[in-house]
Amino acid sequence: MQFDSISAFFDMGGYAFFVWLSYGVSAFLLAALVYSSHNNHKNVKNKIAQRLQREIKLRKAAEKSLAEAKQTDDKMSVVQDLSKKSNKVVP
Amino acid sequence: MWKWLHPYANPEVSYHFVGKLLPWISKITFVLLFIGIVWALVFAPADYQQGDSFRIFYIHVPTAILSMSIYMAMATAAFCSLVWQFRLADASAAAMAPVGAVITAIALFTGAAWGKPMWGTWWIWDARLTSELVLLFLYLGVIALHNAFEDKNLAGKAAGILSLVGVVNIPIIKYSVEWWNTLHQGATVSKMSAPSMSMNMFWPFVICFLGIAMLVAFVICIRFRTEILSRNGMRPWVRALITEEGVK
Amino acid sequence: MTPEHNLSYKAAFNLIIKRDLTIAFRHRDDIINPLLFFIIVVTLFPLGIGPESTTLSRIAPGIIWVAALLSTLLSLDRLFKSDHDDGSLEQMMLSPHPIFILVIAKITAHWLVTGLPLIFIAPLLAVLLHLNENSYSALMLTLLLGTPTLSLLGAIGVALTVGIKKGGVLLSLLVLPLYIPVLIFATSAIDTAAMNLPYSGQLAIIAALFFGSLTLAPFAVSAALKVSTN
Repeated sequence: MQFDSISAFFDMGGYAFFVWLSYGVSAFLLAALVYSSHNNHKNVKNKIAQRLQREIKLRKAAEKSLAEAKQTDDKMSVVQDLSKKSNKVVP
Repeated sequence: MWKWLHPYANPEVSYHFVGKLLPWISKITFVLLFIGIVWALVFAPADYQQGDSFRIFYIHVPTAILSMSIYMAMATAAFCSLVWQFRLADASAAAMAPVGAVITAIALFTGAAWGKPMWGTWWIWDARLTSELVLLFLYLGVIALHNAFEDKNLAGKAAGILSLVGVVNIPIIKYSVEWWNTLHQGATVSKMSAPSMSMNMFWPFVICFLGIAMLVAFVICIRFRTEILSRNGMRPWVRALITEEGVK
Repeated sequence: MTPEHNLSYKAAFNLIIKRDLTIAFRHRDDIINPLLFFIIVVTLFPLGIGPESTTLSRIAPGIIWVAALLSTLLSLDRLFKSDHDDGSLEQMMLSPHPIFILVIAKITAHWLVTGLPLIFIAPLLAVLLHLNENSYSALMLTLLLGTPTLSLLGAIGVALTVGIKKGGVLLSLLVLPLYIPVLIFATSAIDTAAMNLPYSGQLAIIAALFFGSLTLAPFAVSAALKVSTN
């Protein structure tokens, strides 16, 4: 232990301002770097997740519209069948 | 002989491997930094000439050393990616540039804060300070070039060329600045001539250095994983991974 | 087979220089504007610092060289930009000749229209700044060796940024740190000459920088152009 008291420790032999300034700024910058890197990682993940969800939504919508189209197609085909039959019947 | 290395060229394998390393690196970083900083601030003796301001040394010198070595690592990665078209090397170079810039900024700032009580000014056009400043400019140029391209792969190649040009230039700039300084103003500032450091100053320095180096490795690993994800966003394994983790 | 396939390297080199010079002389503003910029920057300094001839002659080498750096930077944009925009750069890169030849030829042409006029006009500005009489030859020699180095190093930055829309500001960030050694040795050579001392050492280092960049820069430029044009 190099210091007699807590106040002596904070005083840093008269160089308190410079020592604490440089340690503080370094700690702040490094913490900001770690935080922003972490945040960045999360953001990229979220972006990919959002895109995936949008894709799933689009696919569902596409399936739905396809199914609907199929249904109408079926109806149409029924009608056509009827008409064909009727065509057949008529002559 | 190099066969054991081949699986790590696969982004998926590397991503998970680095992910497994991360908790260990973070623990080691925390322990080393804690011991190092407490030792440096409380237990290490004050310098007989510089007093307690010498404690800035324990972050200034490690960051100054690391600022150069990160640049060299970045340039090596850039070289690998340019010569062997090794995509992951590109991702790691992209991950290193911002970290290197922050470390260089810390080295410069702590240098100024140490210079003020010792030399009487925040800044002198000392050769070492000036070349460190130029190094910061080189880092910022690489980062700016990275951000200027939309396509990440093109950005990596362009920034790689720039960092290689920088590597050729760093020694030239360093020596020209040193030569310039001795010519223009002479040795008005007596630089800290390092007398053989005593052991109870040397060990906290080593631990601080390792701690900061591990912290740098930790951040680079996080950024490396981010780069892998953003470059491979459409691959099936990334999709599987993201759907597994769910949206936050 | 077109006759162009049989062009020797020398003929291709000459052809590109001729083409670039023709284009440059059709757009004379591009030659004159950087020169005017050079002159105006140099005349601003005495207005900002004061007319004392001792101060001015002390800082004259630095002013002239910094102004030369900035005006080179200003003109660098022209090196590949218009060729990239109209697609002729891609055509040239597809030609059977090595890109090395193309790059060297384009840089030479660029230096002929921007660096050379700078050298001719510099002594006039040196008179305005009361440059020491012993320094004129040193000023000319350093500019003669230094400005091609600036063009070569700057070409790397231009080649990297040519595909980017707002490359101008980025270019200065990339290129200016690389110019530091040239600036240091050139100004110190001029200062040494003012003290009537031999400055061949500094000149030798600038020459080394010139030949070093002459051999290495074209490789970096061609690699960068490949990145920028795909």
